[in-house]
Amino acid sequence: MSDHILLPEGSIEKQTTTLNLGPTHPATHGVFQNILELDGERIMKATSTVGYIHRAFEKIAERRPLYQITPLTDRLNYCSSPINNMGWHLTCEKLLGVTTPKRVDYLRIIIMELARISDHLICNSIVGVDSGAYSGFLYVMQFRELIYEIYEEVCGSRLTTNIGRIGGFERNFTNTAFEKLEKFLDEKSGYPAQLKEFENLFNRNRIFMERTIGCGPIAAERAMNYGFTGPNLRAAGVDYDVRIHSPYSSYQDFNFTIPVGTTGDCYDRFLVRNQEMWQSLSIINQAYKKVQEFKGAEAEVYHADVPAYYLPEKKDVYTKMEALIYHFKIVMGETEMPVGEVYNSVEGANGELGYYLISDGGRTPYRLHFRRPCFIYYQAYPELVKDGMLSDAVITMSSLNLIAGELDA
Amino acid sequence: MLTNEIIQQKLTEKFGEALTDWQAPYDMLTFTAPKDLNLKIMQFLYDDETLKFRFLTDLQAVHFPDKKGAELAVVYHLHNWVDNVRIRFKVFTDIQQPDVFSATALYQSANFMERETYDFFGVNFVGHPNLIRILNVDEMDYFPMRKEFPLEDQTRIDKDDEMFGRGKY
Repeated sequence: MSDHILLPEGSIEKQTTTLNLGPTHPATHGVFQNILELDGERIMKATSTVGYIHRAFEKIAERRPLYQITPLTDRLNYCSSPINNMGWHLTCEKLLGVTTPKRVDYLRIIIMELARISDHLICNSIVGVDSGAYSGFLYVMQFRELIYEIYEEVCGSRLTTNIGRIGGFERNFTNTAFEKLEKFLDEKSGYPAQLKEFENLFNRNRIFMERTIGCGPIAAERAMNYGFTGPNLRAAGVDYDVRIHSPYSSYQDFNFTIPVGTTGDCYDRFLVRNQEMWQSLSIINQAYKKVQEFKGAEAEVYHADVPAYYLPEKKDVYTKMEALIYHFKIVMGETEMPVGEVYNSVEGANGELGYYLISDGGRTPYRLHFRRPCFIYYQAYPELVKDGMLSDAVITMSSLNLIAGELDA
Repeated sequence: MLTNEIIQQKLTEKFGEALTDWQAPYDMLTFTAPKDLNLKIMQFLYDDETLKFRFLTDLQAVHFPDKKGAELAVVYHLHNWVDNVRIRFKVFTDIQQPDVFSATALYQSANFMERETYDFFGVNFVGHPNLIRILNVDEMDYFPMRKEFPLEDQTRIDKDDEMFGRGKY
């Protein structure tokens, strides 16, 4: 008897098994820890722990001038960093009272919708991977690469983009960028054809349907109470979308619909994301048409006139006194902001991404808070997986599109 | 159309002079409330058939070290999805005794947000089911977002750190 390992007190009577899912389990796709109480394979209780990659962005932002905060926003939802960047620029523009030219708005919309597609395609193909269908993931991945090439052409980087400036873009879109965009949008060889094939693989696939229907459902009332926004809320049947409710960056000029689900389970979330990708494609097509309509000098407009915040062109810095002064003041972060308190939100890839900025007239924000959608809806996770099977917990997590960077700020 | 005037009028009817500092920066109605009224206000905004503020968008705190006796402000952002109107209100609390009623009974979403606010500012949400640290380590014994913890001076040279190019040159 004495050779046996002694079990902790009370564990013989305990009828359930405690299992740590995460923080470094490959199925959690990020640093998430869930302590599960299991009865056989059924989950009785889940306790989530977050904060493993907290990087104190809000505190750091209190010491940084506005333009230096953009790289921090990259690292929130890093699957769609351009949306975060644009959301931040729009917040600053709201504070400063800057209006951007239409062409800038449309170019921003192209980039934001590309980001939405790249985020949704990752999320949906990962749902596929977690349910045992790996090939869909490989199909769409090449188009994420193409999206990243477009970012690269516009701003020079791929994942953490730091794209754009307050007032517009750092440079005009090159012809190569537009060529790549056309390649992406091509009906036959571009993303639409691939997305169709991806949908063919999954949408009516009996195994996939059995696996995801009724898995991790949430009712609309509960979802609203839990602060759901974005595709997860829409899958539950509430058609709330910031792009429609409070249009920013000229979204009111575009025709698109908001797909909604009914039951809010994994299958509905999957379908809603797929439909949103189609809508995004349509928005990009419309925006690209509108961009092409600008001719002559108008086609050269890529930023608003905000000399105090928009970094001047290098050749002007060397030849013009004013540009040199502004360049110095911007780079050294010596521009005083107006006093104000502003909340601005954009439709991020997984919900309403809000920025609450308080300025006391200094050079850096007095307080900056990020409303991170997945931090707020992650608290529903224990309720979603309760009474489900262990393998459903994995698939529910991936279909919620949780991004550790955004969760932990 | 639900306008800011109607909301202000409705709230003043209900709570009288208790609500102060009415503003509308960037068209968002903002006011300050006494801290023991925060739940009553949210419940009223939720239940009232014209107001219908039934979504808690955001909840966080701000530290104003110069406001003696009201150093911490808890800021609520509420959203009416039917008429698409947002409002914001603040409750101020003494930093010595930062007790504010928890909104978790009304909004499940307040759970993590209040834990985060507690974690960074030390606001004690009375009635919260599980008020423990969320993003920082459990052993931490201070509240890092308060203004008495400044970020490191980037120009300091007393630190000998060859890896990052500071210190001895």
